[in-house]
Amino acid sequence: MKRITCRWMIVAVLVAGMFSYNAFAGEVEVLHWWTSGGEAKSVGVLKDLLEKEGHTWQDMAVAGGGGGNAMTVLKSRAVAGKPPTAAQVKGPQIQQWGDEGVLTNLDDVARAGNWDTLLPGVVADIMKYEGHYVAVPVNVHKINWMWVNPDVFRKAGAMIPTTWAQFEEEAAKIKKAGFIPVAWGGQNWQEATVFESIVLGVGGAAFYEQALVQADPQALNSPTMVKCFETLRMVLGFIDKDAPGRDWNLATAMVIQGKAAMQFMGDWAKGEFTAAGKRPGVDYVAMPVPETSGGYLFNVDSFIMFDVKDTEAQKAQQAMARLIMEPRFQEVFNVNKGSIPCRLGMSRMAFDAPAHMSFDSFVASAEAGSLLPSMAHEMAVYPAIRGAIFDVVTNFCNSTVANDRAAKTLASEVQSAM
Amino acid sequence: MMAMTRSRRGAGHTRDIFQYLEDLLPKIVLAPTAIAILISVYGFILWTAYLSFTKSRLLPKYDLAGFVQYIKLFSNDRWWVASKNLVLFGGLFIFFCVVLGLLLAIFLDQRIRIEGAIRTIYLYPMALSFIVTGAAWKWILNPGLGLERLMRQMGFADFTFDWLVNSEMSIYTVVIAGVWQSTGFVMALFLAGLRGIDDSIIRAAQVDGAGLPRIYRKIIIPSLRPVFFSAVIILSHIAIKSFDLVVVLTRGGPGYSSDLPATFMYAFAFTRSRLAFGAASAMMMFFAVMAIIVPYLYSELRRKRYE
Repeated sequence: MKRITCRWMIVAVLVAGMFSYNAFAGEVEVLHWWTSGGEAKSVGVLKDLLEKEGHTWQDMAVAGGGGGNAMTVLKSRAVAGKPPTAAQVKGPQIQQWGDEGVLTNLDDVARAGNWDTLLPGVVADIMKYEGHYVAVPVNVHKINWMWVNPDVFRKAGAMIPTTWAQFEEEAAKIKKAGFIPVAWGGQNWQEATVFESIVLGVGGAAFYEQALVQADPQALNSPTMVKCFETLRMVLGFIDKDAPGRDWNLATAMVIQGKAAMQFMGDWAKGEFTAAGKRPGVDYVAMPVPETSGGYLFNVDSFIMFDVKDTEAQKAQQAMARLIMEPRFQEVFNVNKGSIPCRLGMSRMAFDAPAHMSFDSFVASAEAGSLLPSMAHEMAVYPAIRGAIFDVVTNFCNSTVANDRAAKTLASEVQSAM
Repeated sequence: MMAMTRSRRGAGHTRDIFQYLEDLLPKIVLAPTAIAILISVYGFILWTAYLSFTKSRLLPKYDLAGFVQYIKLFSNDRWWVASKNLVLFGGLFIFFCVVLGLLLAIFLDQRIRIEGAIRTIYLYPMALSFIVTGAAWKWILNPGLGLERLMRQMGFADFTFDWLVNSEMSIYTVVIAGVWQSTGFVMALFLAGLRGIDDSIIRAAQVDGAGLPRIYRKIIIPSLRPVFFSAVIILSHIAIKSFDLVVVLTRGGPGYSSDLPATFMYAFAFTRSRLAFGAASAMMMFFAVMAIIVPYLYSELRRKRYE
């Protein structure tokens, strides 16, 4: 008798506790792929901020594939009819999810937080679906960086190039001196990263917009594009033969160790230099990719919010969106990750020198109209079109396809993918 | 009298139901599995076929759109490379596994001393997952780290083995890793088959004056026909399923030169949000498998009935 009463009391307490838990706190189930050290720490900051406001954060981290695995999990959840509350989705995929009609409206939070004035127009447009905010941006990465080891240049008697013609001369000198001019990672996204920087440099901002954002077949099969492929073929003459399949951080290591002179990579490469104890300006120099000093190819990570029925969960969603755009989270997250805040007008004190260059470039290019979404990092075109461009570029880099044929294939593959 | 008849009739009626249930028991036990397979395998094959005729992108959509996905598939260069690779990989993989497996089985069948240990060693690779095999062979075949570097350090300065980073030869590295993994299994199959052959036939042939190679060619290998059949079926299923091996070993190879239809389908259906296009490529894989397996199955099973 005593045992039965005891057991029932425990059950009653647990049930009561369960209900009280649901009654006061909203729960946000968040799908993301930030599982490595610095990134996980940064997500932890958001979790703490949210929990301080009384909501709960249920983590759904799916590692690997640069988000590919996470997206597959998200799709299967959506088909099953039970999407998470928030998911880390970026670029035109946000609009694709909007087309499915499963996203919620964040206009109230946006109006209260003045998002329209705090975000550059290009970035805000990506966060919206049919004029309403459905996603909240977290950070801004710059893609068109060239990471340079000045010591290798000194030893080879070469100057750091700012145009592609100079690049060809200086790289030849470096090769003659016995170093590898370009540290290259033979993976399709890395090849596409270099390709789009070349398109920005050789073709200019307007051409980039037409070719890689609008995916206009006329721009894709144009003499300018043939010239871009020509430049890419020239750069490929300066890589080493072990490049296929190499990871980006191993290529950065080649520059850090002084085996190679330059690497074309986004600003996350800075983390590798810092982890190796190298000082900016002394052991390494961050330069814009030749001929792209006025342009800024950006990659903005963001969270989309799904339409949920539970009012508490909705409140938690809105709290999460508000917290992400607030200065405190923006600063902590971006300092840890190596990117810059997407919120304009923030204090720069916590950030280092390359980040300051990025800040200046961000504001300047936003005003000049050369702030452009990165195609290689899923910001500019739908995944189907991006995949088609990837295929053509990676095939070009790993075979002896002619430049004009490559441009023609590019236009036809993109058209077939639309 | 009436009571007895009634009770006897009642007892017989009950026994009939139980007897009926007992006869039905195997079918009842297998029913859940059969239904699960019917739905999850055949049902979803039909669903994929339906999807391949739609214009689904991110999520499934059910409006039919004709053969447009198939037309796009056949004008896609990467698909042709993947299909060619499947034929090359599948053919070489099955051929070498069968030949090497048979040879090893014949050698092991010669009543050697430590047969048990050697057999286990050859069978070990089968216990590894393709991901481990792929990772290990990636390091072995890497020009800067593995075989090429070893040979050069041993003094052969001109030795090159850069198939892994060569667009033309990368698919053959997948063949090497796959054959290494599965030969032991085929060897075990053939060994079991060899052990099952009646000694008296062989002795009779020896009495007739047939030499050993002749005996093998004319008697033993033909009587292993069912084992060839099983081995080819299992190997072709492994070959078509090859996804993890390619992903780990070459990630599709320099460019997409070592892509296979399975990786192609995954990339397009899920990563690139072209669900209907990926479904079309999956259906093409299905048809290719059917085109090969069904005639083979038919010929083998028909032959058995006439033996």
